[in-house]
Order: sequence, then C-alpha cells, then structure tokens
Amino acid sequence: MSSNAKERMLKRAAADIAPGMTVNLGIGLPTEVLQHVEPGLPVCLHSENGIAGVGPVLSPDKADRNLIDAGGAYVSAIPGTAFFDSAVSFAIVRSGRLDLSLLGAFEVAANGDLANWKIPGKFSPGMGGAIELAQKARRVGVIMMHTDRRGNPKILDRCTLPLTARGHVNRIYTDMAVFDITADGLQLREIALGTDLTELRAATGAPFHVPDQDLPRF
Amino acid sequence: MTLPDKRGTIEEAISAIGDGASVMLGGFGVPGTPFCLIRELVRQGPRNLTVIKNDANEAGMGVDWLLENGQVARLITSHIGLNPTAIRMMNEGVIEVEFVPQGILAERIRTAGAGMMGFVTDIGLGTPIEEGKPRIAMDGRTGLLETALRADFALIHADRADAFGNLSFSASARNFNPLMAMAARKTIVEAERMVPLGALLPEHVHLSGTFIDTVVELTELPEVYGVIQR
Repeated sequence: MSSNAKERMLKRAAADIAPGMTVNLGIGLPTEVLQHVEPGLPVCLHSENGIAGVGPVLSPDKADRNLIDAGGAYVSAIPGTAFFDSAVSFAIVRSGRLDLSLLGAFEVAANGDLANWKIPGKFSPGMGGAIELAQKARRVGVIMMHTDRRGNPKILDRCTLPLTARGHVNRIYTDMAVFDITADGLQLREIALGTDLTELRAATGAPFHVPDQDLPRF
Repeated sequence: MTLPDKRGTIEEAISAIGDGASVMLGGFGVPGTPFCLIRELVRQGPRNLTVIKNDANEAGMGVDWLLENGQVARLITSHIGLNPTAIRMMNEGVIEVEFVPQGILAERIRTAGAGMMGFVTDIGLGTPIEEGKPRIAMDGRTGLLETALRADFALIHADRADAFGNLSFSASARNFNPLMAMAARKTIVEAERMVPLGALLPEHVHLSGTFIDTVVELTELPEVYGVIQR
C-alpha cells in the first residue's frame, strides 16, 4: 500500500470528527489521525493516560518529557487542557462522555465484534484501554490496513481471535474503503481512489452491501 | 504544630522489599515511572516479585530491568506491546502475565486505596476477561464482580514533594501514581524537587502525604527520564 493511501485513510477518518465532540484516539494508526485534525476545530481530544484537550504533536526538540499521548507521541497542552489520574480518565470513558472512539484492530467482524489485544502464543500486547473504549464510546470507529502483511482479510464474517468487545464497532476505515456496520450487516459507504469493487471483494472476508448510486471516493 | 518528616534514603526504603513481595509501579510509559527506585530495586535484587504496572515500559528501561534480571514472577498489567522481552518471557512461560483492562486496573487499585473490597462492572462481558469472575445481577443488568487490588509496596514518582509527602505531579506523569500510592501497605516516593512544607499550596496538593511512608529526593535525573529520540 502506498503511503498516499494511508494518508487518505487517516484524513478520511479525521473528517468524521465533528465540532463539539469529545474524541479518543487509540494506540497506533488512530493517534496518527491527530495530524489530520484541522487546528481550529473546536473538539476535545481525550487521551487515556489522563488528558482532556490534547494539543498538536511536537518534535522531540520541543517536547515536554512528561507529556505524551497513549501511543507515546509527544503532544502539547492547549488553552483549557486538563490532566487527571487514570481512574478519572476511565470514568470519562465508562460514563459515556466520549462521542467517538477510534481504535486499531487485528480483526473486525460484520457483526461489529472487535479483536485487537491477543494473538494467543504469538503477539499478545494486552488490551490497554481498548475494551472500555470499544464498549462505552457512543460511536466506535476502527482504522486499519484492509489486509494483514500476508494479504489476508482483516474484515471477517466472525472474528477468530479473542474478542475485545462484542458488537460495538459502527464504522471501519481502511486504505481501501469505508464500511458501516448496520443491522443488515456490512454496508459499503466509500471506496478509495484506485480501488475497484472486484479487488475489494477479494480482500474482504465477509459479504457486504453495495449502494445503487455512485460510491464516493476518498 | 508541624507535620512529620518522612524523608529517607533510597537504600533503606527499598531494603524493606523482600522476596515474593507485590510491588506497584507508577507510570504510563516514561512519564511517572519511578526509574531510580526501580534501579535500586534491581541493585538490591529481591526475587519472585509480583509487579503491578500499567505497561512494561520499553526495552532497556524500568520494568525491563527487573525482567532481564529475573526478579519478576508475575506481572499484572494492561499492555506490554512495546516490550518484546515481556512478550517473549510470557510466551515462554517464564513469567505469568495477568492482563486487566486499563480502567479496571485503575479502578481496582483505587478501590483498594479507598478501603473497599470490590465493585461491579459490565466491562469485559462476553470476552475472555469474564473468565473466573462471578456474574452479578443488579437493577435488571448483568455485571462482573471485580476485586480490589492492593500491594505490599508502591513505588511512586512525583514532580514535587514536601517532607510530609504531599505530592504534585507533572502533566501526564500523574496517571497511576496517586492511585497506587493509596493502595499499598508501604508507599515510597521519589521526588524530582523537594520543597519546604507549605510551598505546595493546600489547593495544589494532588495527593496528601497521609498516604506516604517515605520520601526520597532525587539528586540527579538520569537520561532515562528524558525525551525518547525515535
């Protein structure tokens, strides 16, 4: 995948961050969305390590050694930023204060199930805050490469790995497409420039609905 | 009246930690990790420890020193993805790892520090996290019983401390520190700056010294506390 496709995916996810929202960006690709959030947008970014009002990422020479986001990037404070402990941070999450949570994934299923913390015997990084972020945010978006390094689909009919949360994912952003998870299953919403439907079907491990009208490109 | 003076040496404070102890370590990544206290724990070398920390730091720092030195039997944590040593030792069965969702880890620690026995939550229902936890029906909903998590010792990093142990934390270095400080039988703090009693305004104290047993002043701040150049 070209870095261009990745940038467009991040930009597309950033476009769903609306004025007034409180948003959490998870470890990995989601924290990279921050670079595509328009600086003037009135939005409160929450970071699980105890920040509400995360500001722009700083280069190491300008960084505050005590101010990182969940992914370890050096971020900044903006006027109105608050710091708190980890219990308060997750009180914000569990009590439903997050309008949107963006998470990475190993697998996502057509029923909204998410697996992103454990590949038994191989790579089990742990869930960090992902279970609570997936279960309690009002909307949950997954951002990931459409396939794994070997080209296997990561969007499946049912997850094969241990679950992070059951049925909570609303939207999936990949380098190839944007899908919504609806009561009728997977719904294709948008398709990446340079991707065609045949390719997309071959790279997706679950059937999906395609709208009759022209698909928006991103 | 004056408040008690709890200042002590790092050697004596850490010497209380023996084989088989459970030890909470503050920090999320680098910010708030008590590297100097951990380094002293490595130097004194008690073994078979249960370590409770949000994450396993990264290769060559903090928790990794304890792992490489063979001092850890069990790790209770939410995320070890940035430490390949921790993942390898877990996969090889050299250490036992208990993964706890981050906010549940924080809340179990907070609950212990608040003198409570546990709480009920729906977090993790229908996932492997549920295994071994009693299901509780309440108000027409189902939850899991989560128990309080306490430890023998908590090692804490603060920005500023006074001799009584009143603390203030810097930016995102607060994280698990005040929670763990409340949840251990003995709490040892390393402070970057010691200030006179009263210099921290009462309104600006993030954690009262009532929870603190020993305050150690850091005379140097090794490179490991600095900005990581990636």
